[in-house]
Amino acid sequence: MAKTATFERGIHPEDAKGLTKDSPVVKANLPKRVVIPLSQHIGAPAKPEVNIGDEVKKGQTIGSPAGFVSAPVHASVSGKVIAIADFLHPSGKMISSVVIESDEKDASVPFKDNPDYLNLSADEIKTLIKDAGIVGLGGAAFPTNVKLSPPKEKPIDTVIINGAECEPYLTADHRLMLERPQEIVNGLKIIMNALGVTDGYIGIENNQPDSIKIMEETVSGETNIEVCPLYCKYPQGAEKMMIKTIKNREVPCGGLPMDIKVVVHNVGTALAIYEAVRYSKPLIERVLTVTGGGIKKPKNMMVRIGTLISELIEQCGGLTNNVIKVIVGGPMMGFAQWNLDVPVVKGTSGILVLTEDEYVPSEEYYPCIRCGSCIDVCPMGLNPSMLSILSEKGHYEGTKEYNLFDCFECGSCAFVCPSNRPMVQFIRLAKSQVKP
Amino acid sequence: MAEKIEHPLIVSVSPHVKGEETISRIMWTVNLALLPAFLMSVYYFGPRTLYVTGLCIVTAVLSEYIFQKSLKKKIVINDGSAFLTGLLLGMNLPPSLPFYIPIVGSFMAIVITKLLFGGLGYNIFNPALIGRAFLLVSWPKAMTIWTEATPIFAGIDAKTVATPLGILKEEGLPKLLELFADKTDLYINLFTGNRAGSLGETSVIALLIGAAFLLYKRYITWHIPFSFLATVGMLAWIFGGESGFFTGDPVIHLLSGGLILGAFFMATDYVTCPSVRKGQIIFGIGCGAITMLIRLKGGFPEGVMFAILLMNCLAPLIDKSVKTKQFGVIKHVK
Repeated sequence: MAKTATFERGIHPEDAKGLTKDSPVVKANLPKRVVIPLSQHIGAPAKPEVNIGDEVKKGQTIGSPAGFVSAPVHASVSGKVIAIADFLHPSGKMISSVVIESDEKDASVPFKDNPDYLNLSADEIKTLIKDAGIVGLGGAAFPTNVKLSPPKEKPIDTVIINGAECEPYLTADHRLMLERPQEIVNGLKIIMNALGVTDGYIGIENNQPDSIKIMEETVSGETNIEVCPLYCKYPQGAEKMMIKTIKNREVPCGGLPMDIKVVVHNVGTALAIYEAVRYSKPLIERVLTVTGGGIKKPKNMMVRIGTLISELIEQCGGLTNNVIKVIVGGPMMGFAQWNLDVPVVKGTSGILVLTEDEYVPSEEYYPCIRCGSCIDVCPMGLNPSMLSILSEKGHYEGTKEYNLFDCFECGSCAFVCPSNRPMVQFIRLAKSQVKP
Repeated sequence: MAEKIEHPLIVSVSPHVKGEETISRIMWTVNLALLPAFLMSVYYFGPRTLYVTGLCIVTAVLSEYIFQKSLKKKIVINDGSAFLTGLLLGMNLPPSLPFYIPIVGSFMAIVITKLLFGGLGYNIFNPALIGRAFLLVSWPKAMTIWTEATPIFAGIDAKTVATPLGILKEEGLPKLLELFADKTDLYINLFTGNRAGSLGETSVIALLIGAAFLLYKRYITWHIPFSFLATVGMLAWIFGGESGFFTGDPVIHLLSGGLILGAFFMATDYVTCPSVRKGQIIFGIGCGAITMLIRLKGGFPEGVMFAILLMNCLAPLIDKSVKTKQFGVIKHVK
């Protein structure tokens, strides 16, 4: 093969994955208490199905979906419901959550093995996935069964498994591909069956030669699945960039991947799909990376949904004494936290703790000097400079002319800005002030 | 919570990591890129270079400091942009000027053109060029007295002479060629900078070294300088000849005047040029066309300064009308 595939523009942040890329996934300790938000996905929050004082088992549904674009939530430990109230969510909002105190027995609802999982009908697969509460684990947390149910007039011909993990520092997907490649490929096969698709791809950035090699070996017997090495560049893992790179198709402005016959799922989601369809196992745990200079022993961990990040940090040796920022997610798109007692949710791909040495001050910024760097890197081909200036001056309506709503807030513009402008903040502000 | 954190955690919007580029890094790198041309200027025009440019730089930085201090604004003289304006203005002035002219020009550039418009990022015109334009209309005589380039070590008094473009305009190409052995000799002297002109504009080779450095560092891109130069070359070839169309000498036009300095270091000023690349090509072509219009038909022998200033006015309009190539916009093929 000639040059590894890529997309136009983008940036090259230091990947900083060395801290954890060689650490196998370890199981986190069973949490004493979990806080499970009823909204961990895009769409309507789940309706609580339990009351304070109820005894629940691991895997039991505690919230049922309220609408088509919604997802159920499940107890991730066995024990007693001690509160149903608003709790702090990693996004910074207060969200209605179910708090379960563990009885430390970890008693589970029965999971049944279904060895014939590859011969299920599309509807059976979608029902299993829906009941398991699976959402996109890459971060956006879009309910998976909705992605698998495109309208009839939009047939799908391609499924892509996203193993790019383009966020610096994070290595959870990387480790999953190394440790559980067959299960990920099985997950992909299930998705292809559900959609009746014969073209499957697994996209992996070329800074992970080991996972490319393992995945290639795993699919060597499959005729309709291909591993695509991708040039390492941020934001390669963005759905639109992934499709452009592998299939050379562009999701139209304001559209969805299904408009161009493609569905993309993260590797973690593929694994969860496999577990749901094979074992009827709901999404009650996920792999994430706890990393950064401020963590004494960075690790990749298998964590129960609802575990407080303070507990995970403690299990990773605690914090160093010059910590300045704690982020849930990656450094490019993650959310900074002010309180460490927030739970891991389905979309949490990492916990990143930055020290004073890694921290870049963002309080002070300067006027835009219109150098055009942001235009040169914007993967969506927008003019972030103009968007930020219009938003800064309060001309929110004007930002629509510059396609404000096509920005997916990857932060590339802010990364390169020599004036240190909070580009993403300006853009979010404008988005909150105008209607699409 | 597991461990007590001494100070509150910082909460800010993503991204939480950033590249290393800063305004001051860019500005000081551009200053550095002008060093070769500055040194060549010292070689050809001696202490006058240090005197004139020094006055410009000191005035620029000092007036920015006083302005920001007295209005209780944040003092940003360390960012290198006032230094750069002073340096560029100095390099755009003739060697023999009384002390007050560079001072007035520099004040005009920094205070009137830049700071009163809101400071770096908000100015419409290139500050150094407004400074120079102001001086040209205020002291037209002093601003057009040119000194012969005399290598410092020659130890002879420099004579007052005309610039190559001046000779070309007033007396024609044959007269210009009389001064040199042959055309190649003329080209070589223009290339090295052994000619009369503004302090920093004469040495094409030194300017190109600096420009290549900036292109390599990606602080500037090819769009403006190359479209600017290509337009000048084309128009000089088509309309610049004395015996009809397509007989002009593009090389003389490309190597003389302030074209190289202007195209690589002044037209590319971020704040005053369009920021969309396609628009930069339009900007460069416009600069080239106005330059040649002035050189061939206008009252001045040189037109780079006015060309860039006129195009500066159009930069916002160009930026508004040229859109970036957006992802996901379906092209309707007819």
